[in-house]
Amino acid sequence: MVRAAGGLTVRAPVTDLPLVLDRVSLNAGATRILDRVSLTITAGAPTLIVGPNGAGKTSLLRLCMGLLSPSAGAVTWGGRDDRAPVRRAIVFQRPVMLRRSAAQNIAYALAQAGVPRHARAARVCELLDRVGLAALSGRPARRLSGGEQQRLALARALARDPEILLLDEPTASLDPAASRAVEEIVLRAAQGGIKIVMASHDLGQVRRLAGDVVFMLRGTVREQGRAADFLDHPSTSEANSFLRGDLVI
Amino acid sequence: MVSRLRKFVLAALCGFTLGFAPALSADRSIVVASTTSTEDSGLFGYLLPLFTAKTGIAVKVIAQGTGQALDTGRRGDADVVFVHAKAQEEKFLAEGFGVKRHDVMYNDFVLIGPKADPAGVKGKDIESALKTIQTKEAPFISRGDRSGTHTAELALWKQAGIDIEAGKGSWYRAIGQGMGAALNTASALQAYVLSDRGTWISFKNRGDLDILVEGDKRLFNQYGVMLVNPEKHPTVKKDDGQAFVDWLISPEGQAAIAGYKIDGQQLFFPDAEKKGS
Amino acid sequence: MSDELSAWQLIIGLDPALLAIVRLSLAVSLSALALAALIGLPLGAMLALLRFPGRPVFVVLLNALMGLPPVVVGLAVYLLLSRSGPLGAFGLLFTPTAMVIAQTIIIIPIIAAPTRQTVEDLWHEYRDELIAMDVGPIGRMMTLLWDARVSLFTAVLAGFGRAAAEVGAVMIVGGNIEGFTRTMTTAVVLETSKGNLPLAMGLGIILVAMVIAINAVVWTTRAWSARQAG
Repeated sequence: MVRAAGGLTVRAPVTDLPLVLDRVSLNAGATRILDRVSLTITAGAPTLIVGPNGAGKTSLLRLCMGLLSPSAGAVTWGGRDDRAPVRRAIVFQRPVMLRRSAAQNIAYALAQAGVPRHARAARVCELLDRVGLAALSGRPARRLSGGEQQRLALARALARDPEILLLDEPTASLDPAASRAVEEIVLRAAQGGIKIVMASHDLGQVRRLAGDVVFMLRGTVREQGRAADFLDHPSTSEANSFLRGDLVI
Repeated sequence: MVSRLRKFVLAALCGFTLGFAPALSADRSIVVASTTSTEDSGLFGYLLPLFTAKTGIAVKVIAQGTGQALDTGRRGDADVVFVHAKAQEEKFLAEGFGVKRHDVMYNDFVLIGPKADPAGVKGKDIESALKTIQTKEAPFISRGDRSGTHTAELALWKQAGIDIEAGKGSWYRAIGQGMGAALNTASALQAYVLSDRGTWISFKNRGDLDILVEGDKRLFNQYGVMLVNPEKHPTVKKDDGQAFVDWLISPEGQAAIAGYKIDGQQLFFPDAEKKGS
Repeated sequence: MSDELSAWQLIIGLDPALLAIVRLSLAVSLSALALAALIGLPLGAMLALLRFPGRPVFVVLLNALMGLPPVVVGLAVYLLLSRSGPLGAFGLLFTPTAMVIAQTIIIIPIIAAPTRQTVEDLWHEYRDELIAMDVGPIGRMMTLLWDARVSLFTAVLAGFGRAAAEVGAVMIVGGNIEGFTRTMTTAVVLETSKGNLPLAMGLGIILVAMVIAINAVVWTTRAWSARQAG
């Protein structure tokens, strides 16, 4: 949503997708973290980003969120390169909870997203229900379990009414039950029209969620395509080794 | 949660500001710069309520050394100065900071020391006592703070023919504090100290100390009062300040001064001239 | 205040002069604390979040000012507020307001310096999330200050302790005037110099009890807050 003059909130008239990365590089000192990555993300089924540790998945997501700036190359949203997008949100692998209750965490995210005070209470309840935390609304957020905190982080992200939701290995530290809960929320969000871009370590998760897969290695995109194609018939040998479970250097 | 805390903080702040309101809206008051010896003797606690009851003017006393009190007057931070060092007061007058000087009261200085009197100075002659102290290098506490008492002490050394600046050694301790503090130090160190009688009589921590030399004419201590010159500092409350000066030298004020006693002993002796000096 | 009565008799008899002194001490120290917190908390937070050339110098300076000698502040404020000084027209010298001003200056660094450290540490933890939620600079400051409140209580308490114990500055700018600017600490000095050591000690004990009571209140609030924060 965009805050127009007079305090009204209106839907942004333009869409922020497709997200196009054109030969984007990212350096940290002498190290090349992303090397001429070219990628197009369009609306539709979830895109899962896979690859070994250090491939640059996290950096790619952070760059898409605006937490990092590219050292070279161009990033365009919805065909524009002048204005940063508003309706995007991110969930980190280890979420940081504000030192307040679960409901207040969500209310905070709503406030930052420009939702007027009188509308917040209803939205907070709605979001708590959506992630299954209605019973814990008054609990101090930092005392929630890992899975509950991740679901709360999801609620905070969804509070921003995003067009694109970035997730950085959100279930990597969670037990299977908590992971399933998170995946269900993500799937429902995708079915509701939100574009999901998610880094994952878990090939089973890729099979369950992905429409498209992007395979990264050493800061570059090695292969990308429809999930079924990639998982059953990868075109590159590295992808093959990766899917077999080898350590791909 | 945040708004509740904000409301609480605001309420607390209002409460404290209002708590100051009575002090700020005090109707009539004057600031009198006086000396620590007068304050420590308790005279003001006795005298001022009488003045306030009669005139409705509150008197705020700042107690400092005489030199400091006169400087406060020079800066215009006081309306009246009430001190006891005639030479310094006349300099103040000559510089144009005071309107007119009036004698108010006198008492005397006494030489205090340990009852056992290790230096053997007991007697009636202050000059020979000081000479003995210096010769025997007996421990001596000096105010060291440009106060009336300090000024008198320095004058006495000079009269005794001693150049104290050159002649002082580690036996001479200048502490730069008020009379009470000096007596405390003398009590703790078993030393000699020059004090005004008023402070001594009301002092409670005597320990082993006692009066060793008194009655010498040179130990006479005169107090004077002056209104700070409104021409130098237009903010001086000249009417109320003058009212205080007038009351001090009036028969009523003089009788009040004479009425101040501790353990039946009178501390200050009124001596204002009927027409001022 | 009567010299003959002991300190305990004064407390039990609720001696009005004693009550006035206690009320003034609390009013001055708590007012100075409120003002210093109002200034020092945002100041520390801003210094933690902003980046500008020469910032390390300011950080070191702020830390060093925690050790600013109170008497020096008292003297400086005295010269400022004196009738012969630049702010003399306000007639604030020898009033409780002057005492509040001096104490506020003294305790601002005591609150601001630890705040800067606490907010800086918390920023490292919150950085990604707050940027991801599009939180602006003022929002970051407010959020970090609120979330760090449990730690900041300690800084604020340190400030109060210093204000309540302070005697040099309030003596100089207040003048220790009976009934107007006499606080617990300056009363202790006065009674000591009059040789009334038992009374002075009694006043001192009352002062310590007052500070302990306030610390207890803050401790309870802090514990409650910590439970809320999780």
